[in-house]
Amino acid sequence: MKRHISLTVFAAALALSGAASAQDFVQSGTSERLPQTDGEAIYNAICSGCHMPDGAGAIGAGAYPALAGNANLEAADYPIYLIINGQKAMPPLGSYLDDAQIASVVNYIRHNLGNNFEGETDAAYVAQSR
Amino acid sequence: MENTAGMTRRHLLTMVGYAAGASAMYTAMAGMGYAGTSSYEGPLELTGDPKGASVLILGAGLAGMTAAYELGKAGYKVQVLEYREKAGGRCWTLRGGDTYTELGDFKQDVKFAEGNYLNGGPWRIPTDHHAVLDYCKRFGVKLEPFIQQNYYAYLHNSEAFEGKPQRFREIQADYRGQIAELLAKAVHQDKLDELVTEEDAEALVTSLKSYGVLNDDLEYVKSDAVSLYRGWAVEPGGGDDPAPEPSDIISLKDIVQGRLWKDLLVGETIDHQQAIFQPVGGMDMIAQAFAREIGDIVTYNAKVIRINGTDTGVEATYVSANGGTEETTVTADYCICTIPFSILGQIENNFSGEMQSAIDSVYYETSIKIGLEFKRRFWEQDDHIFGGISYTNLPITLISYPSSDFFSDGPGVLLGCYSWGAASYQFNAIAPEERIEHALEYGSQIHPQYREEYSNGVSVAWHRVPWVLGCYGIWHDKAANYADAVKMDQRTLMAGEHMSDLPAWQEGAILSALNAVKRLHATVTGAEAAAPAPEGN
Repeated sequence: MKRHISLTVFAAALALSGAASAQDFVQSGTSERLPQTDGEAIYNAICSGCHMPDGAGAIGAGAYPALAGNANLEAADYPIYLIINGQKAMPPLGSYLDDAQIASVVNYIRHNLGNNFEGETDAAYVAQSR
Repeated sequence: MENTAGMTRRHLLTMVGYAAGASAMYTAMAGMGYAGTSSYEGPLELTGDPKGASVLILGAGLAGMTAAYELGKAGYKVQVLEYREKAGGRCWTLRGGDTYTELGDFKQDVKFAEGNYLNGGPWRIPTDHHAVLDYCKRFGVKLEPFIQQNYYAYLHNSEAFEGKPQRFREIQADYRGQIAELLAKAVHQDKLDELVTEEDAEALVTSLKSYGVLNDDLEYVKSDAVSLYRGWAVEPGGGDDPAPEPSDIISLKDIVQGRLWKDLLVGETIDHQQAIFQPVGGMDMIAQAFAREIGDIVTYNAKVIRINGTDTGVEATYVSANGGTEETTVTADYCICTIPFSILGQIENNFSGEMQSAIDSVYYETSIKIGLEFKRRFWEQDDHIFGGISYTNLPITLISYPSSDFFSDGPGVLLGCYSWGAASYQFNAIAPEERIEHALEYGSQIHPQYREEYSNGVSVAWHRVPWVLGCYGIWHDKAANYADAVKMDQRTLMAGEHMSDLPAWQEGAILSALNAVKRLHATVTGAEAAAPAPEGN
């Protein structure tokens, strides 16, 4: 827990200095938690790998669903559940993000990427889904 | 079973476990034949008439092409559908002149010099992987040693030793020596009486003295003897050159606090022990050999959109992978489906509910590889590192040096990042040019020559690979779902690395295909009724 707090402070200091760079990366083989705390930063550090920077998803032999304009995001419970547990090919990401980080990124994808769904979620609510 | 020294095997294992932890225990067990390796039993010899049966194979990776090759040889009519423009799947090598466009339309032009390459997926073939090695031998794929462990390579922790990389051999010798010293002294001072009998104790101390290169006082100290393992401060010369001088040792405290012991054992796991191999010229030499052997039976650029099985056959419908909408349907008596479950779960099908649940219960792991080409081989010329791997705590995890073309004056390609887990997710989430920039930034902390010598690079972020959507399949609950996926579903059998106990390895893909072929053939020839007992018992 102590480690996480220090990482959070570190990330916040970086954000303030505007020096968001390689230091935002997790060290190999040590902490599994991402350092980012801001919803958009978390999105760009992990979600955009599949759902793409603009949330448009992608299509190859299979597809990654778009998050932009995705009605499944109307209730926060759905993305919370998927982030923690995964679904089909999507890996479970609950070990990489704590409850507050999940709440931040869920709020981000529900209020951005062309979405404007009502309501906010928080860490306490996410904790109930663990 | 007792040996002549009166020490039981279990007693010895307990001691090994006590002294060195579970991984050493596992290594010891593997050495004694308890841990499993490949189940390969040699080339398939299918007897019996396939009665003109046809088989549709989905996917031209190593699993699909193994099935195609063996079934073709046995007399089946075989057709293969492949999404990509070429064969091999994850057995994939990127070379100069290649263009690779990942999901999100991020395009990379590979600019490596002639002869240089990056294996985007698998890159080494352990001795234990008998099936892959046997196909290489039969198909004339030339292999060369892959240097996994190089004692001259580095171990690096950005937060220890002032960020200065340490030579593997120094950490290896000093860690082993000082642990041997601790244990030898403890035994010698009768502190482990409850664990070691008097008779064993003497033999153990003798062995530890040799193992750790200890002096007569059971101490690991700066000496000529120790320098033969960790290197000299002044190296031996000739004529009136200065006499060799032993080197200073690194304290156990610094090694332990700096966690530099962490990667000492990688090369000792059964998947990484020398001898270990790579195909000369790139891993896809294996794919090219398979494609040549199976002949002109693959339809490329075919995106399967529907699979419909019945009691008497299977039909699959595909469109052009390049965006066409015109549908083509092919039929066969049987199907071997090697499409990754990440893709298959999105294809319309009429598999059983159990099979669909199994498909949906597999997710795909993240991984990232970055190949960096440098104008000269500074790791050889300046650092004396010829092949092998340096390990670091930085997000790149490791730097692997090419195991071929040693002493060449031309440019060389390093594997500048090969990561899993959180760091890999982060690399997957950014654009290819940013990945390169990060790999250079981190790698230059180990090799300051990086910036000066860099030429070009390419990355493979596995969650953005359009035809697999991840690196390899992981079962949420293998015990619950795997058996359902193994069963023949109407006339379809699944194969691929995900359908094996060697996931992510080419060996697993080939073994799963051989197993599927045997069961399919038994079904066709009616042989399964005559052999009720499970195979291999």
